[in-house]
Amino acid sequence: MRAARLFAAVIALSAATGCSRIEPWVKPYEREAIADPIMAWDRDPVASSYMRHVYESREGARGAAGSSGGGCGCN
Amino acid sequence: MQLIRRTALLLLLPLTATAGVLPEDRADLMYHYYDGGGVTIDGPSLLVRKKFAEKYAVSASYYVDMVSSASIDVITTASEYSEERTQYGVGFEYLRGKVTYAAAFSNSNENDYNADTATVSVSQDMFGDLTTVALSFTRGWDDVTRRGDPVFADKIDRRIYGVDISQIATKRLVLGFSYEAITEEGFLNNPYRQVRYVDPDAALGYSYEFERYPRTRPGNAFSLRAKWYLPYRAALQGDYRFYNDTWEITSSTAEVAYTHPVGEQWTFDVHYRFYDQDAAEFYSDLFPREDFQNFLARDKELATMQSHTLGFGVAYEFKPARLDFLGKAAVNLKYDRIHFDYDDFRDLRTTGVAPGTEPLYKFDANVIRLFFSGWF
Repeated sequence: MRAARLFAAVIALSAATGCSRIEPWVKPYEREAIADPIMAWDRDPVASSYMRHVYESREGARGAAGSSGGGCGCN
Repeated sequence: MQLIRRTALLLLLPLTATAGVLPEDRADLMYHYYDGGGVTIDGPSLLVRKKFAEKYAVSASYYVDMVSSASIDVITTASEYSEERTQYGVGFEYLRGKVTYAAAFSNSNENDYNADTATVSVSQDMFGDLTTVALSFTRGWDDVTRRGDPVFADKIDRRIYGVDISQIATKRLVLGFSYEAITEEGFLNNPYRQVRYVDPDAALGYSYEFERYPRTRPGNAFSLRAKWYLPYRAALQGDYRFYNDTWEITSSTAEVAYTHPVGEQWTFDVHYRFYDQDAAEFYSDLFPREDFQNFLARDKELATMQSHTLGFGVAYEFKPARLDFLGKAAVNLKYDRIHFDYDDFRDLRTTGVAPGTEPLYKFDANVIRLFFSGWF
């Protein structure tokens, strides 16, 4: 239940702050370095998801193990 | 034999903060190999993603683990075995403005374990596209059985609530934050694994009984990450993750990675990862007597332990001459060496000493990933 309440709070906060207008301090034309493929959180989802599998099968912790990029849901 | 359980969940997650643009059309075919602690696992993995009308994307995955196990648990309490686990997954994404909606489903099956996992997520770009926020919910349904025991059957119900935030901080720095609240209910231990207890009448000085775990396991994990674009064309990434749960497992994971392209075709990676955890409250290498307490565990995954990983990767990108439909392709080879160290899990291959004085267990593992990627 606590997790569900936290989830609802995050949604509410996201909705509230989404209405205010914030000027981006890094302009779109200044994102050349950020857009370089080497800056992706996860260049190769198929390979990194496998390593998470290796660790999670042998260690007690799970979850929040990094962004895998692509959001395809099959990572 | 369920030594590789929870994998369906793992291969499905995490859904991430990457709204505003759908992933590239891409296919990956990988061969994976793991060898460590008497266990060898290898097999293929395939992932294909395809966009339609820049608004929709579908994906499909296929994954196989072929396991040959003579692990420390197996050789001390059971017999060497081989088995296979197969997993299928499908995913769908819909991009509308700055919001991406995603849903995915996967099934993992082995001879005594079946896992279905479904995930839905929504992610949105905001604040001039500097910030991406993703919310996700995952539900898992596992069926647990035991070979040679037609009567035993149980279930696991799993729920995960996740938040992922990615933030462009400067022209060269990106930050990330993830949080997941995880709850698991059901039969959470391995139905084959046993604990040992002091038994003066036994030849070795100890005997075995089956593990007993609590039927619930709520846990929390959060991670912070940062990635810098260095003054020359290279990237440096740092990650930290904290995890704890009601079994009193507390762990920290820290990782640093460096990526260095050479020319337009070669990319080299090197990374180091450190992991540290405290044992579960009901874990013991040697219990004082039979039925010593309500809950009993001697799974080394729940012991006090550390692991160190040093990994290297090399990628070669090229334009395939004979495969015209591919815009570009890449061949990747990644190698990781992992050292596992246990503070309270003893190596029972040593006999002839007093129970509880055997040497502590440790082992090294080699992990290889060789894969071909094509963008079309």
